[in-house]
Amino acid sequence: MTPAPLRRWRPPALSLPSWPWRITWTYLGLILFLPLGAMLLRAAAVGPAGFWEMATTPEAIATYKVSFGLALVASVINGVFGLVVAWALVRCRFPGQRLLDALIDLPFALPTAVAGLALTAVYSTNGWLGQPLNEAFGLKVAFAAPGVTVAMVFISLPFVVRTVEPVLRSLEKEQEEASWCLGATPLQTTVRVVLPQLLPAILGGVAQGYSRAVGEYGSVVMISSNVPFRDLITPTLIIQKLEEYDFEAATVIGSVMLIFSLFSLLVINLLQVWGQRYQGDAA
Amino acid sequence: MTIVVPTLETSRPAPARPSRRQGLDLPAILIPLIACLYVGVVILLPALSVVASAFAKGLGPFLENFQSHELLSALRLTLFATAVAVPCNVIFGLAAATAIARRQFRGKALLLSVIDLPFSISPVVVGLMLVLLYSPSHGLLGGAIESLGWKIIFSWPGIVLATIIVTFPFMAREVIPLLEEEGWEQEEAARTLGATNWQVFWKVTLPSVRWAALYGLILTTARALGEFGAVAVVSGNIEGLTQTLPLFVEDAYKNYQTELAFGAAMVLGGVAIVSLLLKILVEQVLEQDRKASRVEPEG
Repeated sequence: MTPAPLRRWRPPALSLPSWPWRITWTYLGLILFLPLGAMLLRAAAVGPAGFWEMATTPEAIATYKVSFGLALVASVINGVFGLVVAWALVRCRFPGQRLLDALIDLPFALPTAVAGLALTAVYSTNGWLGQPLNEAFGLKVAFAAPGVTVAMVFISLPFVVRTVEPVLRSLEKEQEEASWCLGATPLQTTVRVVLPQLLPAILGGVAQGYSRAVGEYGSVVMISSNVPFRDLITPTLIIQKLEEYDFEAATVIGSVMLIFSLFSLLVINLLQVWGQRYQGDAA
Repeated sequence: MTIVVPTLETSRPAPARPSRRQGLDLPAILIPLIACLYVGVVILLPALSVVASAFAKGLGPFLENFQSHELLSALRLTLFATAVAVPCNVIFGLAAATAIARRQFRGKALLLSVIDLPFSISPVVVGLMLVLLYSPSHGLLGGAIESLGWKIIFSWPGIVLATIIVTFPFMAREVIPLLEEEGWEQEEAARTLGATNWQVFWKVTLPSVRWAALYGLILTTARALGEFGAVAVVSGNIEGLTQTLPLFVEDAYKNYQTELAFGAAMVLGGVAIVSLLLKILVEQVLEQDRKASRVEPEG
């Protein structure tokens, strides 16, 4: 037993760029920075006036409205129901809980094309849910805007659940007990004590889901009718532009989406920093 | 601490397992009910409908789908792209994790965000970036690639590259937190005992993160098999040549070959469910591992 040498701190003697570093940076350079750089160069070559003009054609604006608008609807729905699902998983005990827990991850695991096919089958006018919805309310889900929303809801559902769950689990019971002792009703306790602590996690999950829903292609393209000005999403417009060999327009619209992605990454990181304040208190 | 918190008669003492038995507790029934209904309508029903449609005419017609040449070649291409992309990403993920996790440096958070970038970029934009780089007519490096006689866009290297970009963060993301949690001591001990860097990595670091690495591997593989958007842009979707299985699903469905589409979707869905089950299994092992490693240093 020689515990002494273990205790002595010795700074790691690393020859400056060690192999892991070399691999990391080479790989990132070739796989990520090179394509990113190519796109930014191509976008810069268009020039600011041309960029603005191509980024704001009526066709493009219409797709932004569909993509960003419906993704917002989808992520708000998931914000509400994701919280309910997370609550059910953490605070309740009921039969089938394990199955529910496993199902939440299905949208992560299921290829988006399969998700699109499944949703189209269920929500088309002769599908399991599409037919009753169509007959009862005259609502057409698949091949219309509601279908796009459903697809976005499907793929972004896990984000809210999985970000809220750990925070809800780590909440201290004492605060709620204190709140009850002071005479608050369960509803008051939930709204004024629990929800504020969950808010960063909820917003973080909503932001992640939103970002994912805006960029989603595989499942949406199958359930959408892809008609311009109706339910055409921005990623599909990029592909259409590429098919028309209009590389400039594709680059410009792609850059708009890239800028949005970078911005949303920033927002998500800030939300995580905000959320750590609460987790720091708990620890 | 000897502060006695007076508990209300309705509050439950055991926080780990709150069971409300007295009286009719509406939220305790409503919340799970709403959660199950929501997940049932949004996730379970669509998933079941794929199974139902795939086997609608029984097992025989389902198996007949696999005589389709297009389906088989799509399956082959998907497996090939995954077989190339996953090992590349495993090497990168482990390298990045060992390089980043154990060190504090300026811009560490930024570097981690950069690694996360493929999660937030639309797959279509990833494909577009590759086209703008390698396309023979419009790509930045198109001329160079063509003079070398290579073909990247509309060919398998493009598909592999697209798959790699979309899936590379998973491995690093799973391994880094575990390495950060565990600390240096074991590696230091190995090094003082005269182990080389390679030996330290192979015999100490890798075994200590094996379950997290396996978890990352499962996520990477599942995503690589199912990647759609990025591959759709770069592959050109040539039937029997550059069509992957997810692209085949869409193509078959749009051409009213519904049975083929559901057959192929069932294959992908089956893989997804297997990966999900494996993931749950590894998660449980990982949780036990974490508990064990947390108890050890104190005891």
